[in-house]
Amino acid sequence: MATTKEIVSFRDVAKIYRGRPAVSDVNITIKEGEFVCFIGTSGSGKTTTMRMINRMLEPTKGTIIFKGKNIRKYDPVRLRRTIGYVIQNNGLMPHMTIKDNITLVPKLLKWSQEKMDKKAHELIKLAELPDSYLDMFPAELSGGQQQRIGVVRALAADQDIILMDEPFGALDPITRDNLQDLVKNLQETLGKTIVFVTHDMDEALKLATHIVIMDSGKIIQDDTPDNILQHPANDFVKDLLGEERLLQAQQNTLSVGDIMSKNPAHITLGRSLSEAIWEMSRHHVDSLLVTDDSKKLKGYIDLETINDHYSKDLSVSDIYANNLIKVRKDSFLRDTSERILKQGYKYVPVVDKDNTLIGIVTRASLVNVVYDAIWGKEELENPEDANLPVSISKGSENA
Amino acid sequence: MIDFLNQHGSELIIKTWEQIYIAGFSILLGVVVAVPLGILLTRFPKTAKYVMSISSMLQTIPSLALLALMIPIFGIGTLPSIVALFIYSLLPILRNTYIGMSKVNRNLVDAAKGMGMTTMQSIIHVEVPMAMPIIMAGIRLSTIYVISWSTLASYIGAGGLGDFIFNGLNLYNPSLIIGGTIPVTLLAILADYLLGKLEKHLTPTTKRSEV
Repeated sequence: MATTKEIVSFRDVAKIYRGRPAVSDVNITIKEGEFVCFIGTSGSGKTTTMRMINRMLEPTKGTIIFKGKNIRKYDPVRLRRTIGYVIQNNGLMPHMTIKDNITLVPKLLKWSQEKMDKKAHELIKLAELPDSYLDMFPAELSGGQQQRIGVVRALAADQDIILMDEPFGALDPITRDNLQDLVKNLQETLGKTIVFVTHDMDEALKLATHIVIMDSGKIIQDDTPDNILQHPANDFVKDLLGEERLLQAQQNTLSVGDIMSKNPAHITLGRSLSEAIWEMSRHHVDSLLVTDDSKKLKGYIDLETINDHYSKDLSVSDIYANNLIKVRKDSFLRDTSERILKQGYKYVPVVDKDNTLIGIVTRASLVNVVYDAIWGKEELENPEDANLPVSISKGSENA
Repeated sequence: MIDFLNQHGSELIIKTWEQIYIAGFSILLGVVVAVPLGILLTRFPKTAKYVMSISSMLQTIPSLALLALMIPIFGIGTLPSIVALFIYSLLPILRNTYIGMSKVNRNLVDAAKGMGMTTMQSIIHVEVPMAMPIIMAGIRLSTIYVISWSTLASYIGAGGLGDFIFNGLNLYNPSLIIGGTIPVTLLAILADYLLGKLEKHLTPTTKRSEV
């Protein structure tokens, strides 16, 4: 994808309605084969921005380059025939059969009848509908089927780029899901560029390879879905993404270093066992990590071992165990947590690349992360929920 | 009745023809002017308001007075009657065309434009077909009005079935009045029926069962 060329680029574009800017400072580069989602609340300017691409609206300021040429240099009618267009309420002509609807743009382009017939059959297949539907009228189809036709109609004249303005907003969730799959599939197999306007973050994250977040006519963030999830630009983006998604994304990308406790209880090799015991009691732990003088991790020592071998003459270096699982600071938590939780380790020491001990991940610190992912960070918002564990523990006491 | 037909039969046919001619010509003119004007006005909504009120005003002039007003301009006979009736036919057609065109689903117009139709293609292939039932309703209404009002045209010498009625009034001859009125009514009903057929033909199908 790195080698693909740009198909549309906005340069300092602004659209002003009656003195008030509807969108301003828009700079977006859309590359061939990208699935771009413009997302934002109503009035954020996302539809306005999209409609400037096929000159349904003219920018007040700035330029839009389409295939290397300023769009003002194109005849608007011809330009629109090379750009697919899908709108929310499918925009099918109720007085035309499905076939006539599908071949509307080819007809405007004066294709031969045979070529149009062939195209109609090809497209109804892409829409995953039977051939017999070609002779029906839109009113005879369900909403989802109508929008399937609306989608494939935008492909009829082999348009390279398709604009979609909240195309699935009026559909029920199941139908919407199916249509999203259809569009994603078509986009991937046919290599089309799609510019998709939506206010539904789930939809954007599911479909897009490139998300442009807009608010009050300005671009807030323009990046890949992964980058947006991991580095939301500001609180607006965070709100749009929602706590739940952020936490999920965080859990996927959180590194061990992010959640480890620093300064774990440890002891150096040369110390005596009594010093080790004193250190344990001071930290309220039953085992200590063992390091050398330069803080390189060597192994661990636990209370049981000391108890079995206790002698005043022995030092830590004599009895410590070195069969120790450790993790690197920059490894992902999702890989580590599995190991800790499933294999029953109480803790895992964390080292940097020189094997220097820098922290520890315990089962307790994992609990917090899992808890956040399930309940969200504001777990005490609902007082009833907060009381729940109390009443449960009371119940168990009584029993 | 037989007597009436024996006595006035040939005259009745001529007068009926005159009536059809006057009314038909006025309506035709009305359609030719008002439908394109109505479509044009949807592109200029601000002007539309003024044009609508002017045509409403014309509608309020008493029909007899309007006919009389035509005499100084066009003299007497068929021409002034056609002009006067044409003015009457304008408003319902104009208003219905305008409303019909403005009521066309904006999404469809947007889709048509977005797919690359020219304004003219959008009007011809999308907007007019969609607005057709409302436009036709205006034409049917105008036709019935004009057919019945065209009896008054006889007052300024245009002939038609009005001649029977006015003669009947002058001669206190009810059979002449009735003999003039019944054909007018039948004419109006027949015209409405035929236009209904035309409307059905022109209104686009949206379901296979209607084909």
